[in-house]
Amino acid sequence: MTDSSAVSIRSVSKGFGRGAAAVRVLEDVSVEIGQREFFTLLGPSGCGKTTLLRLIAGFETADQGKIIIEGQDVTQAPPFRRPVNTVFQNYALFPHLTVEQNVGFALVEQQMPADKIRARVGESLEMVRMQSFARRRPAELSGGQQQRVALARALAPRPKVLLLDEPLSALDLKLRKEMQIELKLLQAEAGITFLFVTHDQEEALTLSDRVAVMQGGRILQMGAPRDIYETPTHRFVADFIGDINLIEAEALPGNAIRLAGGAQIVVPHQAQGKVTLAIRPERARIVAPDAGHLQARVVHTAYLGTALVHKLALSDGATFLLRQSDLDGTQPPIGSTVGLSLPADSLRVLLQ
Amino acid sequence: MNIRRFPMTREISLLVLVYLYVPVVVLVSYSFNANRTATVWSHASLDWYGRILANPAIQSATQNSLVLALCAATAATVIALLAALATARAFPSRGGVEAVLNMPLILPEIVVAVATLMLFVALGVQLGLGTMILAHTAFCIPFAYLPIRARLEGMNQSYGEAAQDLYANRFRSFRRVTLPLLWPGIMAGFTLAFVTSLDDFLTSFFLSGPGTTTLPVYIFSSIKAGITPEINAISTVMLVISVLLVSLSFFLGRLRR
Repeated sequence: MTDSSAVSIRSVSKGFGRGAAAVRVLEDVSVEIGQREFFTLLGPSGCGKTTLLRLIAGFETADQGKIIIEGQDVTQAPPFRRPVNTVFQNYALFPHLTVEQNVGFALVEQQMPADKIRARVGESLEMVRMQSFARRRPAELSGGQQQRVALARALAPRPKVLLLDEPLSALDLKLRKEMQIELKLLQAEAGITFLFVTHDQEEALTLSDRVAVMQGGRILQMGAPRDIYETPTHRFVADFIGDINLIEAEALPGNAIRLAGGAQIVVPHQAQGKVTLAIRPERARIVAPDAGHLQARVVHTAYLGTALVHKLALSDGATFLLRQSDLDGTQPPIGSTVGLSLPADSLRVLLQ
Repeated sequence: MNIRRFPMTREISLLVLVYLYVPVVVLVSYSFNANRTATVWSHASLDWYGRILANPAIQSATQNSLVLALCAATAATVIALLAALATARAFPSRGGVEAVLNMPLILPEIVVAVATLMLFVALGVQLGLGTMILAHTAFCIPFAYLPIRARLEGMNQSYGEAAQDLYANRFRSFRRVTLPLLWPGIMAGFTLAFVTSLDDFLTSFFLSGPGTTTLPVYIFSSIKAGITPEINAISTVMLVISVLLVSLSFFLGRLRR
């Protein structure tokens, strides 16, 4: 597995500052990123995702551990000796150069002959549909156009791995959605590994083959978007990705769990003591008041076109979200008391 | 609070401007005076400009001034550029280093001039254009340093990273990205240093040897022999050059990227 990895991060740690002001930003992080994989580092700001990206690009050096790109140990190599290119958050297009000079920048450094450079720059600009802007300066382009040029510039030298540091965060919502699709198509077309950094969970789920959720300098959970969404292992992961209901409960001997109201559920996991149960809003069902595992009062109902979202209050005052996609079914009136059925196979027992 | 609302703001501003610029206006107008005596107006003429062009002493002083300013400004700009690059990143003694670099702005020039003279005499160095270039370079450094530093501070550090990410080593990254982006700041710094050297009297006066009189030193010595409109004409030429260069430096400094 390791030999075929595009990027292999082995027990990497990184801190900034000295003495009392020292901060540990990455703690013993290990990741294997496969060939042609769209891999996303997801987490809130300050979780270490950008630092990890900068370590791979070579802008920072790891305190401990190894970074191997395409079988080559680059832990100590400067950025210009690593077969990766970066799309920067602020694009970092050179303002004194035209679009085509920007895109050809790396090719000149690689001492490619002039006619080949011209051809490759043309191809790269065509890939992002920016051919007609070749002679413009970055300042004459819109944010979305600059984004495309930054992509073309990073793809032109045909790197083994493309690093993308929150590349869509400066775009407005509509443009961001368009660029998400384009990024995915570009990756398929270029056939290279994408390592994407974002704090936007929806973006991460939409684009990625695999996602690593980071917090406090560690990777909490890593897996396909569906696994991360359906089977979160940590409270933080569950809470960070999508809407989720968290219910405090107590584990009993065997696989049973006792809820606050006294109802018991048998779950497929082993647990001990106090636990947190998680269930997605679309997984819970509304049943007759005395038929469910919990009782709740309907506080508010929002109509979303494709579904109804009920905001419910549990007997201990906690809020519970329930998404009802069966619009023809009975809709409980606001203020009424309903029963909540929690299917055992949709419940997750979380760590921490 | 709006300063324009204070009583008399307009009147006081006008008075200050008159006080500052009337002497200059008088000096410039009398350079076009045909009369031999600088303080008595007869009629307009360009006579004195013709005379300064033909005066060999002025020609050689002008040449000395230009060579001196060019050499000192070039050397000061190179040193200032290296210093600005070195102090762009934070390090423990950065404040101290910048204080030393900017020292010539604070130290009394007469003290530095006398000290430099004594140093060269003690070392047995022949005074001349060489010693003047050395001394001028020293006090020109902060004038070149400040615009370059300002430019560097406004520059996004991710440009350098982007260049290195695109396979340019540190030298190539400097050549292809940092230097072109800093260029307006470098030119602004050079121009300021050039004008500062061109206008300097004290240091030049102490350190000039035989045959290395500069224009300001020449003006000073000819005033002792009596004020003629010739001096007004030289002063006007210097004024025009200085104003042009400082304006140029100002516009270069404001150039966007």
